[in-house]
Amino acid sequence: MTTASMTMTHAMPNKSSEPIREKPAEQAAANHVASVKQAETPIIKVGQGKLPDALSAFARAVLPPLIGLALLLGIWAIIAIKTSGFPSPLKTWNAAVIIFSHPFYINGPNDQGIGWNILSSLKRVAVGFGFAAAVGIPLGFAIGRFKFLNSMVDPIISLLRPVSPLAWLPIGLLVFKRADPAATWTIFICSIWPMIINTAVGVQRVPQDYMNVARVLNLSEMKILTKILFPAVLPYMLTGIRLSIGTAWLVIVAAEMLTGGVGIGFWVWDEWNNLKVEHIVIAIFVIGIVGMLLEMILLQIAKRFSYEYS
Amino acid sequence: MKPLVQVQDVGMRFDTKKGSFVALRDINLDISEGEVVTLIGHSGCGKSTLLNLIAGLTLPSDGGLICNGREIAGPGPERGVVFQNHSLLPWLSCFDNVMLGVERVFGTKEGKAKLKERTKAALEMVHMEHAMHKYPHEVSGGMKQRVGIARAFAMEPKILLMDEPFGALDALTRASLQDELIGVMAKTGATVVMVTHDVDEAVLLSDRVVMMTNGPAATIGEILEVKLDKPRDRLKLAHDPQFAEYRAAILEFLYQKQLKHAA
Ligand SMILES: Nc1ncnc2c1ncn2[C@@H]1O[C@H](COP(=O)(O)OP(=O)(O)OP(=O)(O)O)[C@@H](O)[C@H]1O
Ligand SMILES: [Mg+2]
Repeated sequence: MTTASMTMTHAMPNKSSEPIREKPAEQAAANHVASVKQAETPIIKVGQGKLPDALSAFARAVLPPLIGLALLLGIWAIIAIKTSGFPSPLKTWNAAVIIFSHPFYINGPNDQGIGWNILSSLKRVAVGFGFAAAVGIPLGFAIGRFKFLNSMVDPIISLLRPVSPLAWLPIGLLVFKRADPAATWTIFICSIWPMIINTAVGVQRVPQDYMNVARVLNLSEMKILTKILFPAVLPYMLTGIRLSIGTAWLVIVAAEMLTGGVGIGFWVWDEWNNLKVEHIVIAIFVIGIVGMLLEMILLQIAKRFSYEYS
Repeated sequence: MKPLVQVQDVGMRFDTKKGSFVALRDINLDISEGEVVTLIGHSGCGKSTLLNLIAGLTLPSDGGLICNGREIAGPGPERGVVFQNHSLLPWLSCFDNVMLGVERVFGTKEGKAKLKERTKAALEMVHMEHAMHKYPHEVSGGMKQRVGIARAFAMEPKILLMDEPFGALDALTRASLQDELIGVMAKTGATVVMVTHDVDEAVLLSDRVVMMTNGPAATIGEILEVKLDKPRDRLKLAHDPQFAEYRAAILEFLYQKQLKHAA
């Protein structure tokens, strides 16, 4: 999911006219799944007529992912056998049990439990993202509302947005002199674009009807902002936030590899230096799961705020 | 008596990619207080354009419009608007949608309780009190249109502007809303300008039917005075020869004098 979001961000041309909304695609996918299920139902009924419906539905929901995971494990096991130095699933599992039985130990600044590493990465993401939201969302509103500002800022955004966030890391190191704020700065830079662009597009897409209502009801600028613009833009804004956090989580790992300190990215690098490949595999899973959770939480929030336009 | 709204030599040009497009020319129309005027004409002739001019949502390229003795330079609370597609805000309940306008008009003079009372009264008038805390997507199209009407009425405008308020509804719902509107107009003595496509609706509701010629450069072709007693009853009127005559006059205008050739 996170990677899909990333490709969407990058595949998007430099014009701020297209919003980064994935809903339709997701819905289409959901519909597709639904129709496939419907098509399957009779076949299954014929084959296993006596199976209770609830049970078969459960099986259909759970079995395919389980088969997929099993397949992954199988391929992994084969690779582990064929390649020397690559840990088998079992070895990795045993290492994971040890690591996760003491997630919060501290043995000096460079040797801390995985829990601390995850938390400090999340903290950097939160701080960098927080600053980005504080700057990006108001800026997006202003750009969407005022044409002049839009034409002024658009070329700058088009120029800077395609730059890999890691290219900004040296600038951060130069300005802040320390690794930690430099990593946060990188997160700030990479998560600000989706928020600016999505918010601005959201403002531009507020239906003219609603603006006419505002004019006819003679609403004050404040009421327009709180009762019309903000609610109308909120879904776009949340999409921007979701993409931002997804990108930030991708970038933080790379940034920490370069800056060191405590963090999941640094931890991966450190384990590579220790040649503990099974730990790297564990880290990959951890990073994936955390990213997935972030995405899920934000999707839930976005769902709560999506209105039905009818 | 001085008319409430005066439309004087109004023309409207739009600047399009293909050059300027004259939508309306030489429109002259006076609307008195308490009068119900419908605008009828073929699609694209400029009915909405004229209504938006009176609403102040757009400004004329020629001539001028006066409401209540003052030139129309933008929308104002003395002119309520019911939009064709209801235009309720989806994130506010029906009640809050109506309340939004009420607050703006009476908020400085009256307390919260009084404002809520007004809102409730407006929703009761269109028989929506049972669903007033629902959201727009939870109620039917006819109910949304009712809330739109309540929102406009609740602001106690001097004149109500409606752009095909029942256009998107089925015939049965439309009839019941027309009856409701007749009741509301009788109760409030409202001045109404309404755009419609429906010949029966025009005769049933209005004091005058303004028939517009085909665009481009449309103008007022004829004005028909409807002198039927009020309040009107659709069932009785169905067999009324005078009603049939009015109806025929409009049909004749639309399908003989202004026959729209298939574009
Ligand atoms: N903003 C605009 N820019 C350019 N042309 C416009 C604009 N608004 C309206 N027009 C043109 O003016 C003419 C009148 O439009 P209008 O919407 O008033 O028609 P209408 O009588 O309300 O039609 P309908 O019954 O289909 O709603 C049309 O030819 C339309 O294309
Ligand atoms: Mg129209």
